Amino acid sequence: MRKYSPILLLFILILFPIAVRDHYHQHLMILVLMWVVIGSGWNVIAGYTGQVSFGDAAFFGTGAYTAGLFVTKLGISAWWGMLFGGIAAMAIAFPFGWICFRLRGAYFALATLALNEVMRHIATIWESLTDGMVGILVMQTFVSKVPYYYIALGLAVISVIGVQIIMGSKWGYYFVSIREDQDAAESLGINTHYYKMLSLNVAAFLTGMAGALFMNYMGFIDPEVVFSLHDISIMAILVGIVGGVGTLYGPVVGAFVMVAVHEFFRTGFFGFFKGIAALTGSDMITVFAKYVMQAHVLGFGILVVLVILLLPNGIVGDWNLIVKKIFPVKTREVTS
Amino acid sequence: MSLFEIKNLVKYFGGLAAVNNVSFKVEKGEIFGLIGPNGSGKTTMFNLISDYYNPTSGKIYFKGEDITGFKTHKICRLGIGRTFQVVKPLGRMSVLDNVIAAAFSRVNTKHQAHDLAMETLEFCELVHRKDVLAKSLPIGERKRLEITRAMATKPELLLLDETAAGLNPSELDAAIELIKRIRDKGVTIIIIEHIMKVIMTISDRIHAINFGQTIAEGTPQEMANSPAVIEAYLGEEYAHS
Amino acid sequence: MEVFLQTLVSGILKGGLYGLIGMGMSLIMGVMGIINLAHGALMMVGMYITFACFTYAGIDPYLTIFISMPSLFLLGMLIQKYTLNPLMEVESILPENQVLMTVGIAMVLTEVARFVFSSDYKSVRTSYSGDTFFIGDISFSVALVAAFFIALAFTLCMFWFLLKTDLGRSIRATAQDKDAALLMGVNSKRITILTFGLGSALVAAAGTILMPVYYLFPDIGGPFTRKAFVITILGGLGSTVGAIFGGLTLGLAEAFGATYIGMAYDDMIGLLIFILVLLFIPGGFKRLLKV
Repeated sequence: MRKYSPILLLFILILFPIAVRDHYHQHLMILVLMWVVIGSGWNVIAGYTGQVSFGDAAFFGTGAYTAGLFVTKLGISAWWGMLFGGIAAMAIAFPFGWICFRLRGAYFALATLALNEVMRHIATIWESLTDGMVGILVMQTFVSKVPYYYIALGLAVISVIGVQIIMGSKWGYYFVSIREDQDAAESLGINTHYYKMLSLNVAAFLTGMAGALFMNYMGFIDPEVVFSLHDISIMAILVGIVGGVGTLYGPVVGAFVMVAVHEFFRTGFFGFFKGIAALTGSDMITVFAKYVMQAHVLGFGILVVLVILLLPNGIVGDWNLIVKKIFPVKTREVTS
Repeated sequence: MSLFEIKNLVKYFGGLAAVNNVSFKVEKGEIFGLIGPNGSGKTTMFNLISDYYNPTSGKIYFKGEDITGFKTHKICRLGIGRTFQVVKPLGRMSVLDNVIAAAFSRVNTKHQAHDLAMETLEFCELVHRKDVLAKSLPIGERKRLEITRAMATKPELLLLDETAAGLNPSELDAAIELIKRIRDKGVTIIIIEHIMKVIMTISDRIHAINFGQTIAEGTPQEMANSPAVIEAYLGEEYAHS
Repeated sequence: MEVFLQTLVSGILKGGLYGLIGMGMSLIMGVMGIINLAHGALMMVGMYITFACFTYAGIDPYLTIFISMPSLFLLGMLIQKYTLNPLMEVESILPENQVLMTVGIAMVLTEVARFVFSSDYKSVRTSYSGDTFFIGDISFSVALVAAFFIALAFTLCMFWFLLKTDLGRSIRATAQDKDAALLMGVNSKRITILTFGLGSALVAAAGTILMPVYYLFPDIGGPFTRKAFVITILGGLGSTVGAIFGGLTLGLAEAFGATYIGMAYDDMIGLLIFILVLLFIPGGFKRLLKV
């Protein structure tokens, strides 16, 4: 059963836009698939290689801006950005990693945070290139959401399979060795600096592609959106840890859960409060519902705190623990 | 030409000389013991050889090549393997995966690495534990994993840092037997050890240091009779009695 | 020349305050080995306390120190006790869980502030907020000078506390070697809780004395967290003396940058310093001064 569930999942995902025709849910699924790509990237550098990055937005934004600038400056299709966005993100990751991988642990995390800020400032200040705060607007290619859906699905499948292949190879063994003990890894002939660079570049490439997809799909970006610390970098970390750090399908689960949670707060518990307000006619609840909807970042923050406290290894990573908690007796033999 | 040579090695930490003008040569195929009281600079010496620290001055030669200042991973690839006194298992990887990661330093495909790892595990008699997570091994087997991993990098020279400390008597005998078998494979060994039983039975030659300086070098027999060594270990009175 | 001196003065005044912010961060950094990314958010909470006391109760902003500091001390202790300390016992793949946790806490604090006070800019305007006096041709803002001297007083108190009291010694011991301190009978859990409280109280004091000359909104924590970690990295992680040098350096760099390069690059200068320090003096001033 376990062996076939990925194929089953893929099958369901392929059929999804045929079965569900309303734009809202298709839109959400496109976001989920985009986050699968970003989460997989984060998982490679942070989950498998152990170098926690707070700066995914730097790569995401670079990818998105590459795609956008192809249209505004070069006059060619933003779809070229899908490839070149990833490459541009690697062009940022390369010098950054070269310099900052001499830092370990939390210091590296801080450096990625700084990179995030630097990129956002550059995008804001360099108005002649990026139009600054005005942002970039491009015409969307398709009216329907279905083509975007399948492109996003393709990208997500490529990321997951790509990560699986990498993690089964020499690179994968080296990445995990570095996470477990950098000194031991060096003594086993692993050029830790070089392999950390590789890992970061894989993450940057995937995240950059996702950024380019975002540009194509949304049609509009500005520095605050694509270089956002909360909405991109922190969200990437959440997708990574909610799903399960260092597990192949963690980012998939994490993306589903996080996009759902995001929507849940944004729409005021899926319109629950609005419904109650309409039912009772109470102004107070209407006002309250408005507050709840505004407070989605608060919900996020609380979620970060709770997830780290209760599920430090994520849903996939702590699955056995969760199952044990919910069904204390039944699954005792299964948890080997 | 000696396989390995250290020439006038010096390492200062701040104003303190941890290793002070030590020189020795190791010949191919021998087991070379490095002894000295706690804090005498033995582990620092290993860390200098594998470039965890840069020496303040002095040279390190391997097969005639000056390898001073080479990066740690490069030194491993040249053929110098090492173990750590405080074991460093790759905790959340299985024993087999630990060894596969090491084997990748010599081969490139997963298949070859797996074969090399299995072969090494069998040689080091750890194959029955291959699917266990490294962090759940008891200390004796962790030490063995250190050796296995180092062996999977196919070293010509193996640096063993207190691999016998903390072992029970039967494990100790097994460890001695393993070290001898490694030597019989043609691997040269430099061993740091506190347990005299081990160092005296397996070493061909022994080099003793104290306060970072050489105090004696010779066969185990010569060492046992050396006043300088006895003084360093037991205090001045015993040396003259 | 006049512009230069004026810039120098404002840089030093700002630097004194930055030193106070950086010192709280440095303490936490030294004792727990984590970078507290909620530092600016804690400062923001302190500032809102001052704002609320001034606006609704008419208390002079400087006197609100006696409210904001104890409150933040308590808040800091609660955060450490119930969110950060439990993480020490959880086994997880990522050692940076505690840093992630501080990010979550910063988000919660910021959003709660938005909830209560909305996103609007707030300020505290006293009769003396705009007052200046002159020495020669150089103007001094009364409020900034007061802030500088209060910051200086707190800094000196902290030094006395760390060097002369038993508790201060325990904190320094824990910062130097957690395991050894534990063996010497220091209750390291209690120390971490106290330290986080102390660090929070210090940054709250900095926020309070900044209020009469600054403005306030919920997201103000972010830029100050960034400044705080630039200061700590400049000063050398965990060094309180270093934090003061780091604060002065950042204050001066920002002031000169704003005067001679342009206001828009204010934040960039901090980041630039951060990157340069990482590249050329990774140990910060601590390494240069050997303190």
